Amino acid sequence: MEATVLVKETEPAAENPRIGVYVCHCGLNIAQTVDCRRVAESTALLSDVIVSKDIGYACSEPGQQQIKDDIREYELDRVVVASCSPRLHEPTFRQMLQSSGLNPYLLEMANLREQCSWVHMKDPEGATRKAQDLVKMAVSRIRLLQPLQEDTLPLTPRTLVIGGGVAGIQAALDLADNGYDVVLVEKRPTIGGVMAQLDKTFPTMDCSI
Amino acid sequence: MTDVGRHPRITLYTLSEVVDVKGYVGNFDVRILKKARYVNEKECTACGECAKVCPVVRPDEFNLGLSSRRAIFSPFPQAVPSAYVINIAECLGHNPVVCAKCVEACDKGCINFHMSDEEIVETVGSIVVATGLEVYDPTEMDEYGYTRFPNVVTSLEFERLINAGGPTGGEVLRPTDRKPPRSIGFVQCVGSRSAKRGGSYCSNICCMNTVKSTLMLKEHYPGVDIKVFYIDIRAFGKGFEDLYTRSRRLGVHYLRGLPGTVAEGPDRGLIVSVENTATGKLETHHLDMLVLALGMKPASSTQRLQEMLGLQLTPDGFFLEAHPKLQPVDAATRGVFYAGCAESPKDIKESVTQASAAAARAIRLMHKGEITTEPITSMVVAEACKSCGKCAEVCPYNAISVDVKRKTPAVVNTAACAGCGTCAAECPFDAIVMNHFTDDQILHQVHALLEEDSKEKVLAFACNWCSYAGADFAGVSRLQYPPNVRIIRTMCSGRVDEKFVWEGFRMGAPVILVSGCHIGDCHYIDANHWTEKRVAKIHKKMAKLGIRPERLQLEWISAAEGVRFAEVMKRMEALREQVSFDEIAETVRILTE
Ligand SMILES: Cc1cc2nc3c(=O)[nH]c(=O)nc-3n(C[C@H](O)[C@H](O)[C@H](O)COP(=O)(O)OP(=O)(O)OC[C@H]3O[C@@H](n4cnc5c(N)ncnc54)[C@H](O)[C@@H]3O)c2cc1C
Ligand code: SF4
Repeated sequence: MEATVLVKETEPAAENPRIGVYVCHCGLNIAQTVDCRRVAESTALLSDVIVSKDIGYACSEPGQQQIKDDIREYELDRVVVASCSPRLHEPTFRQMLQSSGLNPYLLEMANLREQCSWVHMKDPEGATRKAQDLVKMAVSRIRLLQPLQEDTLPLTPRTLVIGGGVAGIQAALDLADNGYDVVLVEKRPTIGGVMAQLDKTFPTMDCSI
Repeated sequence: MTDVGRHPRITLYTLSEVVDVKGYVGNFDVRILKKARYVNEKECTACGECAKVCPVVRPDEFNLGLSSRRAIFSPFPQAVPSAYVINIAECLGHNPVVCAKCVEACDKGCINFHMSDEEIVETVGSIVVATGLEVYDPTEMDEYGYTRFPNVVTSLEFERLINAGGPTGGEVLRPTDRKPPRSIGFVQCVGSRSAKRGGSYCSNICCMNTVKSTLMLKEHYPGVDIKVFYIDIRAFGKGFEDLYTRSRRLGVHYLRGLPGTVAEGPDRGLIVSVENTATGKLETHHLDMLVLALGMKPASSTQRLQEMLGLQLTPDGFFLEAHPKLQPVDAATRGVFYAGCAESPKDIKESVTQASAAAARAIRLMHKGEITTEPITSMVVAEACKSCGKCAEVCPYNAISVDVKRKTPAVVNTAACAGCGTCAAECPFDAIVMNHFTDDQILHQVHALLEEDSKEKVLAFACNWCSYAGADFAGVSRLQYPPNVRIIRTMCSGRVDEKFVWEGFRMGAPVILVSGCHIGDCHYIDANHWTEKRVAKIHKKMAKLGIRPERLQLEWISAAEGVRFAEVMKRMEALREQVSFDEIAETVRILTE
């Protein structure tokens, strides 16, 4: 499986986004139904797309390396990966961006597997046209994506446990034994809950307290 | 239990209730009301001299009134803290001091009538709700005669009777003649599995509790005749079937059918009429004693806590978890976890398992010492905000505050915002930007999709958690459907702004689908209620404008409903085919004018 490389002339204006697009074959999972090269080619024509390639396995180590190399070489500032569901690999590719020094939220995925190749197996033409649209939509969206920062706030490492039955007791002990302070609130004069009222308990038939 | 009392990291407040919770994950400010015990908890050695002299005798709650206690008492010998307590409503000596016998009896001077209720404020990063269960009160099931016939007892009372530390020293005695019963019956599902009285759910533990009780009875009194009246015996857990088999082998008679009526005989025994559904015959059984296997209901404080913490309840009244399979101990409110019967009826093993899971989830949240906020949150454009308050009204997390009277712009608490985007969709002034799912970003997707061959395409909005996942599931299951649909993913269907729909139609979309989690399953508590309302509103406007409302469809598709997703896609395609070029052109004309 040869990967096509379609490199556009780099636009001079610095404020223009520099988008890289990777159309993943996922072995045959996508490529068997969707003409990945055609998708990469039509995408290359879209404005702001600097690189558009089809690629064997985007998520694999070499696949990610190739994307990272491109980010450096073509000074890409955002990446579209057209592959499987973002519910599967969005964290993978966000990490990849991060390790390339890009904000992880400058990623967009187009779902060409679960929502395209796998569900239109008998209609390669329809699936390919759909894939082209999905990638085009991703490109139009990624142009406008903004870097986002996760904020961190200080946290109080203590837990309030409401109710001192067997569940509250176990949670309190587990937390406390792990080094966390616990505030255990019980409305009755003693902890124990219902279990304290039982004698033998199933399934072990031993006593409860 | 004693480990809790001793643990240096656990602060235990008994006789206490949480009265208010403010703040958010990472830093909740909790107000606790601690009622006065009137006995110094630390000094009391539980010697019991005080109770000996107390003249007030009252039924003992711990033994469900099967024995008595004094106004100053210890709930039970192993109680933690191991300190006496005064029920001040019953005490004679309080204000003005007229009795105070106990004060004299206490050498250590632990008793203090001047103690008052305290309010305590604590800051915590996470909360575990483990408020447990209450048993069903069977008096409303009058046909079983509970309280009318003394020899009808509840399963919890039976637990106290057979308990070696209980009021009878572990002897099961008939309340009327204090003799061991020769025959005893158990009625299952009391307050469970009934649409009319009690809960409609199975209480999960009562079958096994009865099996356990029969084994204990057979051990103590091999000759006793035992009958169990049941709908079906649910012995599903590890080792449960063995116990059930053992019980049957010991001669316990299991009889399928719940009693219709219970009457009292001359010897104060009970006459139980029951239709045996295995044989279809009406039977009458004479029994010395009858035990009602009580179902569970949620703790009475459940609703108050639900409101205080912004939690959800199932229709049964137990706390609702964030996801029944993947987040079974998380509340949808970040930083709150459930353990034990507060979440659903369960046995001790499951309660303990869930408690450990809740602890682990809380530790996972806290171990970094800081909390990362989700960056996909909404943001107010203060200049555009007219302080109408709509966003605050629709936010399922109460994460937005607006002072409508003073007209100060809305403020989003990003720590509390979960990122559904409903506020951005509902704001009439476009004063809210939903990060990562901005109007512009989504409208550009709509444009990219429809600028060519719009007639051929189905525009679909799908929420990340349910319908988009359902579409993925259709893929994983290789379900085939027409390739005309293009999905735009939003986190929640609540994000789908009216203008996305209008813009879609204006760009020539033949049909549009809005899809989300089923009502009640929304990942953002109930944000999809707003989706429903919004779509209804758009439908009305469409009708008014002369655009066929059927061209906008709303479907609820869960993450597990791949089949349903594929069916909906086929239906959308059929709808699309009915829309002619002329109709589209007419709509475009209406909307561009
Ligand atoms: C008759 C009977 C027999 C049973 N037999 C068995 C058995 O043999 N084997 C078995 O595995 N399971 C058995 N069970 C089930 C077992 O009792 C439960 O699984 C277990 O008690 C659940 O523990 P929990 O901590 O969730 O709730 P609970 O035991 O109900 O404890 C909850 C605690 O929270 C406190 N609380 C409630 N609301 C508040 C509030 N707002 N603020 C502060 N504190 C509050 C309560 O006072 C209580 O102490 C039996 C149950 C019953 C009713
Ligand atoms: S556990 Fe058994 S007795 Fe209890 S509600 Fe379920 S079926 Fe009825």
